[in-house]
Amino acid sequence: MTGEALLEVKGVTKAFDGLVALSNVSLQVRPGQIKGLIGPNGAGKTTLFNLIACCLAPTAGDIVFRGRSLVGLPPHRAAQLGIARTFQNVQVFPGMTVLEHVLVGLHRQARAGLLTAALHTVGVRRTELRLREQAEVLLDLLELTPWAGAPVEVLPFGLLRRVELARALAVQPKLLLLDEPGSGLNPTEKQAMSQLVRGLRDRGVTVFLVEHDMTMVMGLADEVAVLDHGALLCEGPPSKVQRDPRVVAAYLGEGDDA
Amino acid sequence: MTQPRWGPPWLAMAAVVAAVGVWELAQPGGLARLSRGLISTDLLIRTGLFTIVLVGLNLLMGYAGQASLGQAAFYGMGAFASAILTVRGRVLGIPQDLLAAWWWPWLVMGLAALAVGGFALVVGLAILRLRGHYLAMATLGLGIIVYIVLRENLGMPHLNLTGGFDGIVGVPRLRVGGAELWPVQVYYFVVWAVALTVVALGLGVVHSPVGRALRALHGSELATESVGVDVGRLKAKIFALSAALASVAGSLYAHFQAAVVPDTFGFVPSLELVVMSAVGGMSSIWGAPFGALTVLLLEQLLRTHVLGLLPAVSGELEPVVFGALLVVIMMFWPAGLVSSRKVQASPGSS
Amino acid sequence: MRSAAEPATTELAARTRRKPQEPFRAPPAARRVLPRIVRPAALAVVGAGLWLLGRRLGYGAPEYLQLLVDGTVTGSVYGLVAVGFVVVYRVTGVINFAQGAFVMLGPMLTITFLGGIGVTGGVPLAAAAATAVVVTAGIAMAVHRFTLHPARQASALTRIIITVGVYISLQGLALRAWGPRPYVMPAFSTLQMEDRLLQVGGVVVQAQSLWVWAVGVVTVLGLILFFERTVAGKAMRACAVNRTAARLMGIRVDRMATLAFGLAGILGAVAGIVLAPSTRPTYDMGLELGLKGFVAAIAGGLTNLPGAVGGGLVLGILESLWAGVTVAGFKDLFAFVMLILLLLARPQGWLEAGHQ
Repeated sequence: MTGEALLEVKGVTKAFDGLVALSNVSLQVRPGQIKGLIGPNGAGKTTLFNLIACCLAPTAGDIVFRGRSLVGLPPHRAAQLGIARTFQNVQVFPGMTVLEHVLVGLHRQARAGLLTAALHTVGVRRTELRLREQAEVLLDLLELTPWAGAPVEVLPFGLLRRVELARALAVQPKLLLLDEPGSGLNPTEKQAMSQLVRGLRDRGVTVFLVEHDMTMVMGLADEVAVLDHGALLCEGPPSKVQRDPRVVAAYLGEGDDA
Repeated sequence: MTQPRWGPPWLAMAAVVAAVGVWELAQPGGLARLSRGLISTDLLIRTGLFTIVLVGLNLLMGYAGQASLGQAAFYGMGAFASAILTVRGRVLGIPQDLLAAWWWPWLVMGLAALAVGGFALVVGLAILRLRGHYLAMATLGLGIIVYIVLRENLGMPHLNLTGGFDGIVGVPRLRVGGAELWPVQVYYFVVWAVALTVVALGLGVVHSPVGRALRALHGSELATESVGVDVGRLKAKIFALSAALASVAGSLYAHFQAAVVPDTFGFVPSLELVVMSAVGGMSSIWGAPFGALTVLLLEQLLRTHVLGLLPAVSGELEPVVFGALLVVIMMFWPAGLVSSRKVQASPGSS
Repeated sequence: MRSAAEPATTELAARTRRKPQEPFRAPPAARRVLPRIVRPAALAVVGAGLWLLGRRLGYGAPEYLQLLVDGTVTGSVYGLVAVGFVVVYRVTGVINFAQGAFVMLGPMLTITFLGGIGVTGGVPLAAAAATAVVVTAGIAMAVHRFTLHPARQASALTRIIITVGVYISLQGLALRAWGPRPYVMPAFSTLQMEDRLLQVGGVVVQAQSLWVWAVGVVTVLGLILFFERTVAGKAMRACAVNRTAARLMGIRVDRMATLAFGLAGILGAVAGIVLAPSTRPTYDMGLELGLKGFVAAIAGGLTNLPGAVGGGLVLGILESLWAGVTVAGFKDLFAFVMLILLLLARPQGWLEAGHQ
């Protein structure tokens, strides 16, 4: 089992100035699966994502991605190793177009140094044309082509989530971390998003997602892990997790699922 | 090779610059007579020098969103490097033939730019981790440290390398072969050749993937990192570039003014650069020449026209005007400035 | 406090930031969890280094004691300036660069008012100083009302650059009014240029130093009483904790901000005035004192009044030790190097540290 895990979280604890956000959490994400992470507000879901994306370092424990420890790496290294992410509160670049967002995602392939960029060498321009083609393929995949030239400010929220997704996919990730991909979306948009995520899985991208909407996550995920108060409550297929009395108890009185 | 999008405006600017230069060459002082002492070759050379500095500063502040309130320090490092290594070279044991060679000042200019850029790269890797007003205060502190070190003879008074408060006089003119690039009408072409090149390079950066990455990190550092861009290194590199450009401008300034004093590169000059940058528009390479020219013209107008009409006012009112200008610009046109987008883009981390 | 540091949000930002987040990213250096011992330990190392440098110059106990005492004098002044930074920062979220100008205005105005009367005794000096403090406080409040208040929606960096502009303007006006020459302020005890020197053991203390300490203590105690015992003081503390809540409680936050500037003006002017007899004030003295006050404030945590006073004393003492072992012109380097090192030690800023 250990051998086939793409991502392995081993006994991870994270404390902020003495406040424990995660305590001794262990879980695995296997290649090709869609794994869901749920839990009440403040359970530590986003903290776990930030640990995996190397935006935070664990206080204790280890995180292993494709046989390699991520602990101590800067965030851009995680991306280079094949972990891309979206953000719960959408992080876009104001003033830049949808196409440019995807091109930034492709920046690693541009291989433009400051000097070659300043001189606008033929090589830089040729690469740029190639990147544009790649970006257009991604925009097409996410049905963003009509808005390619639009600055992100004018887009509705639902599209911004897709812009983020396109940018993340530009990194050509092995593992995609989606932080509440459905939040802020209407039911139709949520369905489209689920469809998209399934399509990505079929293309070989492993997906790990945090989601509040139970219907969405249970319909989408192959396996679900439940966090509560920083500890792993249970883990398993959606049907099993839904019936787990501990999960029901943890969610009792939680009225903010919508 | 396709013509880049910014090509035609750049060519137009180059044509205007060249036309003005040729006219001044044919009719020295014609510009000053026509503008009643407002515009002179001297002023246009200064515009060119500041353009070089501002292209770097705009890339740093306007595009990458990183404040620098100490940019004059790099300008000063270039100026003093050129002055020391051409005037005080013998104290440092540099052979006389080398000092006498026409290419020596040019070599110094290049090496100084590399050294200053390298210095900024190292410093930048450390201090560019700071955000918002913390970065502003750190760059301000850095500027003052450099100023003090220049003023205090690099801590080695026995060598008297920088000349302390009085600085260095007698910096030689630049030469090519045996030909001196002087009078001012000729030096104008030297400065503007560099300035136009720098503008072209700046436009090249802006319209390249690097420029896109800079704007992205301005918008959200978090998201830029998340796609694998080494944000820290990118910021340090652009900081180094801006410092190297300032250094080149400083070297050109030293050979133009023939004398350098530390006070030209202190705290207030650093802020004058910010004013110029803000006036011209930080998020634009074209803002560099525009801002420099506007502010220098305004200064000149104050000096020759307004203050001349008020006999009672003899002291230097320039700092007052500069300060007021800075306040007014920041109050009413802060757009384009670093922070307005910067702060909102990083809510959780601020 | 956080809302104070944020600019007007665009529609986009309003849409994308719906609820407060747990801090999702710590800047790189915070990944290494710095134990709380680091700051005192670093200061101890710096102090030990300076002490060893002094040993090389043959310093003994009397020399060190002298440097230490001298350090507490300038340190008290830095502390007063630092408290001015803290008061403004807590209420408005702005690092008020113009603080240095208030420090300069105190002694310069005092000397000007004295010039009209002629130095005849302690009463005119006290009256001139008091007037100068009041006028400076008025100027400080006007600065807030006419520059920062209209720009209160702007980002923190925009506002700090505004205060820098205000500083340059005030310094420029001072140059116009008083010229570049240094002035002389009579010592408080003798009312003359020469001050009385007191010999305590092997240490020489100017009588003015006693005034600096005394005024420092009284001012800080007065400030604490103001914050603890008066309605306005409590209202200001409420603004510092949570502006929105304070506003909901009916506190006029903007007035409190103006008041904070007034207090900063008083603190700056008082600091400048007590220091002036031993330094010869000039139009540009504010730059150095303002920045050093800021360094002291940062060292103390930027939101913490006792911390600012302590930061000032530590900075004053270390700087004095440094001045004892370096060439004269490099004395000022110490504070600025310390500024950068302190900022780097906590790149995410000090405000959060105070609020966690």
